[in-house]
Amino acid sequence: MSVDKQTVEQLAELARIAISEETIDEVGKRLGNVLQLVDQLQSVHTEGVAPMAHPLDEVQALRPDEVTEPDRREEFLQLAPQSEQGLYLVPKVID
Amino acid sequence: MHQLTIAEIIRGLREREFSSVEITRQLLTRIEQLDGDLNSFISVTAESALRQAESADQRLAAGDAPALCGVPIAHKDIFCTRGTRTSCGSKMLDNFVPPYDAHVVEQLQAAGIVSLGKTNMDEFAMGSSNETSYYGPVRNPWNPGHVPGGSSGGSAAAVAAQLVPGATATDTGGSIRQPAALTGTTGLKPTYGRVSRWGMIAFASSLDQGGPIARTAEDVAYLLSAMAGHDPRDSTSLNRPVPDFTATLGDDIRGLRIGVPKEYFSEGLNPDAAARVQDALKEYERLGAELVEISLPHTHLAVPAYYVIAPAEASANLSRFDGVRYGYRCENPADLRDLYMRSRGEGFGEEVKRRILVGAYALSAGYYDAYYNKAQQVRRLIKQDFVQAFGQVDVIMGPTAPNPAFRLNEKTDDPVAMYLEDIYTISANLAGLPAMSLPCGQVNGLPVGLQVIGNYLDEARMLNVAHQYQQATDWHRASAPFAQTAGEQ
Repeated sequence: MSVDKQTVEQLAELARIAISEETIDEVGKRLGNVLQLVDQLQSVHTEGVAPMAHPLDEVQALRPDEVTEPDRREEFLQLAPQSEQGLYLVPKVID
Repeated sequence: MHQLTIAEIIRGLREREFSSVEITRQLLTRIEQLDGDLNSFISVTAESALRQAESADQRLAAGDAPALCGVPIAHKDIFCTRGTRTSCGSKMLDNFVPPYDAHVVEQLQAAGIVSLGKTNMDEFAMGSSNETSYYGPVRNPWNPGHVPGGSSGGSAAAVAAQLVPGATATDTGGSIRQPAALTGTTGLKPTYGRVSRWGMIAFASSLDQGGPIARTAEDVAYLLSAMAGHDPRDSTSLNRPVPDFTATLGDDIRGLRIGVPKEYFSEGLNPDAAARVQDALKEYERLGAELVEISLPHTHLAVPAYYVIAPAEASANLSRFDGVRYGYRCENPADLRDLYMRSRGEGFGEEVKRRILVGAYALSAGYYDAYYNKAQQVRRLIKQDFVQAFGQVDVIMGPTAPNPAFRLNEKTDDPVAMYLEDIYTISANLAGLPAMSLPCGQVNGLPVGLQVIGNYLDEARMLNVAHQYQQATDWHRASAPFAQTAGEQ
């Protein structure tokens, strides 16, 4: 089982990951192997079984809407590959 | 001094047999001399370690020392450390110096530990052999031609090589227990939510859990007592009291009911490893425990369910690495799309990309119900197996991994074969149960791990059960050839 070229390209686009033309077949083959492994799930009878999101079925904790974090903008911007005037810099998006 | 356990170091420091600076210096020298061959560290923080050790010695002298004051350990390079590069084993974060500490790092700092550095790991914790690290594979101290397991392979190898007495680690599908088994160390993955995930770089958020690796159950108890605890910054963190896990280690285990799942002794299990696990079960019978055969009928579905859920959550979590706010950015991006595509294409390794793509597939329109939703339903069936079993027994035991450490490169071309190495560990992550591995023998000079799975929040009992075994046997004292040949400096 192998995932076809078109699907690999579509997934790469969805995930925003560049995949070189030469490796597409190999990636498709390996994805196919993983999907074959997980296809065992299809034969399991799960009607009426509630999907499990949290092991202890805990509910989301609520907290008061208060400011707790200090402003560390300059510190965080220093981690960015490029920034300018307090903003993250990316290539031009609109003409 | 490198042979000392954490319990022995605590005693030695308090009785002034040696200082924290002395043991810290000695371990740093050992790392410098030996780790070139092992590659268990990504970063060594000698200067800050010595500063921490000096301050620990002052507190010890002043008599205001917290529980682990002056004890040197290392952190898996998945835990954010303020001012120290945190790479997560990836080129993507090769230049990332976090502006904050993970909760686990804060907790251990408050307990007085000295951090010697950051340990190697599979990239973004995705792997079972430590071969997917951007910083190269880690070698197994028992045999340098073999892998130490993964993803916490650096932490496990550093402990087995006696470069540190203990280290932090994380476990999403077995990443604490499998490397502990393959290196003859003792490691524990707590109940989901017991240890805060804040500042622990996310792989699969509903499965990830931090925990310790050390050489004895007693040492694991010391570390876990400091690491565990509620943290409002992790919305899944459990708000439950944390006991002193060292307090109950000596409890009598006569009458303990041990569930032995027949599915854990299936055909895929190495027969020699199976024999070592059976020996351990016999030892428990001698200690007064009762063995009960149980069944966990959905065991065979754990790996398939995991390889839907974990990649799906990973694809969502890893979308944050976009080349904009931190981490790797490609050279000369033509436009924003090119910046995303190439930064991620160049910054992530092959296994990480593969899992992101599988996750994108499982979550994409038209497939969500067939894959993700189905896997979450199967996950509940797996949990229900355990809930039923724990109606009958106190703990569950079996092998940690189907084989002792395999050779470097042996499974790198066959991801699915690699995935099956986690066949016995993944279920506990899916169910959110605490589980640990402790050494129970060797096969051809390579360690074998006994897995102990406990009921929710029952870590104290598991550690008690493991400690009693270690009082009666010597497997945890066997030291890796690499640790021995290096000798005392």
